[in-house]
Amino acid sequence: MQSQDLVVTSSPHIREKTSVAEIMWTVSLSLLPVMLVATYVFGWRALVIIATSVVSCLLTEYIFLKIRNKEVTLTDGSAVVTGILLALTMPPEMPLWVVVIAAVVAITLGKQVFGGLGYNPFNPALVGRAFVTAAYPVLITTFTFDGQTAATPLNLKMMEGEMTAYWDLFIGNVPGSLGETSAFFVLLGAAILIYKGYLNWRIPAGMVSTVFILTWVLGHNPVFHLLAGSLLIGAFYYATDMVTTPVTALGRWIFGIGAGIFVVIIRLYGGYPEGVMYSILLMNMTVPLINKFTRPRSLGEVK
Amino acid sequence: MSISTFKKGVHPPYNKQLSQSKQIATIDQPEEITIPLQQHIGAPLKPVVEKGEEVKRGQLLADTDSFVAAPVHASLAGKVTAIEKVPSPQGGRVLAIKIDPAEEQKNDFFAASEKEPEDIAPDKIRQAVRKAGIVGMGGAMFPTHVKLSVPEDKEIDTLIINGAECEPYLTIDHRLMLEKSEKIVTGLRFLMRATGAERGIIGIEDNKPDAIKALKSATANFTDITVEITETKYPQGGEKMLIKALLDREVPVGGLPLDVGIVVNNVATAIAVAAAVNEGKPLIDRGLTITGEGINNPGNYQVPIGTPVAKIIEAAGGFTGEPGKVILGGPMMGQAQASIDVPVIKGTSGVLVLPKDKLESYSPAPCINCARCVDICPMSLVPTRLEKMAQKENLDLLEEFQVMNCIECGSCSYICPAQRPLVHYIRIGKAAVTARNKSEQGG
Repeated sequence: MQSQDLVVTSSPHIREKTSVAEIMWTVSLSLLPVMLVATYVFGWRALVIIATSVVSCLLTEYIFLKIRNKEVTLTDGSAVVTGILLALTMPPEMPLWVVVIAAVVAITLGKQVFGGLGYNPFNPALVGRAFVTAAYPVLITTFTFDGQTAATPLNLKMMEGEMTAYWDLFIGNVPGSLGETSAFFVLLGAAILIYKGYLNWRIPAGMVSTVFILTWVLGHNPVFHLLAGSLLIGAFYYATDMVTTPVTALGRWIFGIGAGIFVVIIRLYGGYPEGVMYSILLMNMTVPLINKFTRPRSLGEVK
Repeated sequence: MSISTFKKGVHPPYNKQLSQSKQIATIDQPEEITIPLQQHIGAPLKPVVEKGEEVKRGQLLADTDSFVAAPVHASLAGKVTAIEKVPSPQGGRVLAIKIDPAEEQKNDFFAASEKEPEDIAPDKIRQAVRKAGIVGMGGAMFPTHVKLSVPEDKEIDTLIINGAECEPYLTIDHRLMLEKSEKIVTGLRFLMRATGAERGIIGIEDNKPDAIKALKSATANFTDITVEITETKYPQGGEKMLIKALLDREVPVGGLPLDVGIVVNNVATAIAVAAAVNEGKPLIDRGLTITGEGINNPGNYQVPIGTPVAKIIEAAGGFTGEPGKVILGGPMMGQAQASIDVPVIKGTSGVLVLPKDKLESYSPAPCINCARCVDICPMSLVPTRLEKMAQKENLDLLEEFQVMNCIECGSCSYICPAQRPLVHYIRIGKAAVTARNKSEQGG
């Protein structure tokens, strides 16, 4: 036989089958329960917002990759994840044109300007959401529930001192953004990802426990703060975006705890009733530093 | 019975069922053998025979006065037909001695000793090991007598025999443990005697219960030798991983097992040591596994060093179809070959053939910081960052991040969902750091 027919590459010669696309699509699928419960609670409009966001993200990504003369990699699923996560931060009555703008900002300023997938320092969905919060502050805080304008549980607590029942918070029967309502369905999806090994459990563990302990120590109701608002979905889905979080085990703890501290500062002492989005964006900034200073001790190394 | 292991690591599909039940067989005498002069880590050898000379089986072919080196011997009697450069299975070209094997095989072994290990001077054992040209047969090919020469300021308490065989597909160590368990124990006793180690441990992964049983019965009469079970996990057979698992000691960065009172030898090496002392037999043949979905009859064979790989492929029934890759060693750390004409050398533990239609091509995607490589690196390094530092040739950062501690096991590349060639770049980074440090020392 002709010896030049043999393939010569460096070892290893076998690979584990998991791909980036598989991870991204699994994340998308794990959000299905949350999307379904949003549709159940808020009606068909929830689905329209999600679809608008996903399609806008895909289109923006496509156009940008074409402009940058790059291979079009829509099938890697990353723009779909961004689209879903962005939609879940929107209130149910958000005008669709705002959703489109948010999607364009998320993909361009949040991702493509840095070089695309893998290079962005900030969670793209939260960049889109932050833009809308700044540009359309009224629209992003107008929540309807059962056909009427309503205040979110965190708002009720902040303005009126009124508590919402734990069960309603847990199951999602409350006003809020599409994804921030049901604690149960968020945990269900996250459990699937943790089982598959696609989710760094240390970040949500650090973030949630920090909020719980700090609010408790500071004389507030820790269970309410855990279940209300976007803490759980933020901790399990937004704070665990692989691209924008630390790679070391210790780094993930620091990231989670840091984000938890920011949440408590903003919720208890800030002007906003909710602080999850900013706390994650703030911690995104610290990732290069965290990675640098949390290098694990290598086997046989005396530090 | 407790099962020990190290932290992290991966679980590739082992595929050992292809060959693990096949007894070690011999093959027909090859038409030509090629003995490379560099089959060890260390100083180069000089030939002591000439073209046209008749040599006996076991006769010395090349040697040196340097301490860190292992001589080579004729693995078959015959006529030296050439001393020339040939393609090396390790890459590049090396000087080699070619022999046309004779029909009648006469041995030329050195003086043997029938004595019990306790009755032989440690120095005599080391001399026999040096004379026999024994090197680490797990693949590293470091001269064994050097390992056995313990510096005066060090003390060895434990001699470990590495029977983990964590590389997927390979089964030769498994077969040796089943078929030559007595010899392994004899070899271990010589190794303990040579190093002054008070105890011996044979470490075996728990996917080889029959080998564990065989060695337990072979060691039953020796109170200073135990058989320990380790978890089946890659790279459990890495020296540092095995030491961590069995004794919970860490080999210091840049150090050797002897720094923590340990010497580790492969099962095949132990057998070679027993043969050298008891029979005066140099390291002239070795067992190996020929396997993979691309070969008709996977099996285990005992072959003379220098046998062309093509001859072993023929003995195993040839290729199933079009071969894609022919790898010497296992799929995690083995070297893909450009030609099947290369010879078997002392460190060749297997021939793995992957068929062309099953080869997957990999197109690396950008790193998404998933940290799977960080989570599984058995040396607790940060492969994703080392890769980027190597690409940017940032040698200071590479050193700060302990790149030289990488054992090149390939687990990071194996697990990467973006299919990045992480260990490939890390090797390049290591080479760059080594080169810089050498030139700084020299200048």
